[in-house]
Amino acid sequence: MAVDYATLKKGGFMRQKQKNHFSLRLSVVGGQVSASQLAAITKVAEKYGRGYIHLTSRQGIEIPFIRLEDIDEVKEALAEGGASPGVCGPRVRTITACQGSAVCPNGCIETEELAQELNRRYFGKELPHKFKFGITGCQNNCLKAEENDLGIKGGVRVSWLQEKCISCGICAKVCREKAIRIEDGNIEIDRGKCNYCGRCAFSCPTDAYETAPGYLLSFGGLFGNKISKGVTVLPFVEDQDTLFRICDAALEFFKENAVPGERFKFTIDRVGREKLDETLWSAFEGN
Amino acid sequence: MVDAAYTPTEKVDITDVVCPVTFVKTKVALEELEDGQILQVHLNDGEPVQNVPRSVKDEGHQVLKLKDNEDGTYELYIRKVGD
Ligand code: HEM
Ligand code: SF4
Ligand code: SF4
Ligand code: SF4
Repeated sequence: MAVDYATLKKGGFMRQKQKNHFSLRLSVVGGQVSASQLAAITKVAEKYGRGYIHLTSRQGIEIPFIRLEDIDEVKEALAEGGASPGVCGPRVRTITACQGSAVCPNGCIETEELAQELNRRYFGKELPHKFKFGITGCQNNCLKAEENDLGIKGGVRVSWLQEKCISCGICAKVCREKAIRIEDGNIEIDRGKCNYCGRCAFSCPTDAYETAPGYLLSFGGLFGNKISKGVTVLPFVEDQDTLFRICDAALEFFKENAVPGERFKFTIDRVGREKLDETLWSAFEGN
Repeated sequence: MVDAAYTPTEKVDITDVVCPVTFVKTKVALEELEDGQILQVHLNDGEPVQNVPRSVKDEGHQVLKLKDNEDGTYELYIRKVGD
């Protein structure tokens, strides 16, 4: 039988050193795995693998030592628990995310549903090279947004509500950016310094801050053979329509400008950052 | 409201411990109080003043006031909410 490795790889089957064995990469979105998926994965690992899984560096699960001839049965067994193979190769990869505001007290944005939505839109999309999205819920950056080709970091825009304030001064104490100045019972926020972390609002005893969630985006990160930190170009993005418009534009830019096998960062370097900035600004402004 | 004088039922000094024991000590002191009574906490600048008021808020109590002693310490006034 002729083995089509490219197709296998596309379907998440990573060829092992050991002949005819594959480490099967599973599809995980936003780092969330249900108990029924886990049960199916356990079953497959025990029956078709070697009784263990490997956790990858980007919230993925792999089941090593799957044999070529078992592939169809394995897929079926996984499907029973709602699990499925992931992807490798030149396309949009696993969308990673921290738990965000649904669970984390510091979370500024909802991350799970956003990861699912990005997954519906882009997962597996064919591109000149791999492309990684990562979502982190706040400035603590547990999910390391800037490592990704496109990093999404949650934040909140805070507005002070004078009538609720008891002038305790806690907000100014907790602001790491020293962006809050309190003078004669009046609060001024230096918008140039504010990084949208929300610590002032979360700490305020009387909820004297209104918060509006949004996104800080970084472009061109990579963390492999070459290392580079994604760069923030745009202002705070305050709605999801704009967010998705920008994501569409960035992927389209990559598809149009990259040569095969070139990561986003090097496409940006080759064709010029100004050209990408222009595309992103245009998407940001709604065109 | 801003300059109201709060009469504490109890006082606790947490300048002799570091996080997270600062919060644990505060929590234990609050547990001794009845709903509506006031606790005065003596705490240090830095991590304690950044974290303790927020933790107290997250536990559902009411932070009334933070007084800066201007010697690197503060007095935090908390009204206990619930039993
Ligand atoms: C108000 C008091 C507290 C302060 C100032 C404090 C401070 C911190 C800081 C600075 C970190 C490191 C966060 C980072 O990774 O950047 C941390 C982590 C942590 N704290 Fe606290 N904390 C407090 C209360 C507590 C309490 C009450 C507990 C549990 C009883 C606790 C358990 C933990 C744990 C489990 C971690 C995570 C350690 C890790 O896996 O990295 N903390 N805390
Ligand atoms: S990045 Fe923020 S929201 Fe996400 S887990 Fe870390 S602290 Fe929580
Ligand atoms: S959101 Fe964060 S950086 Fe901005 S004023 Fe509040 S605490 Fe400071
Ligand atoms: S923490 Fe809230 S109540 Fe205290 S000074 Fe800041 S805005 Fe006012």
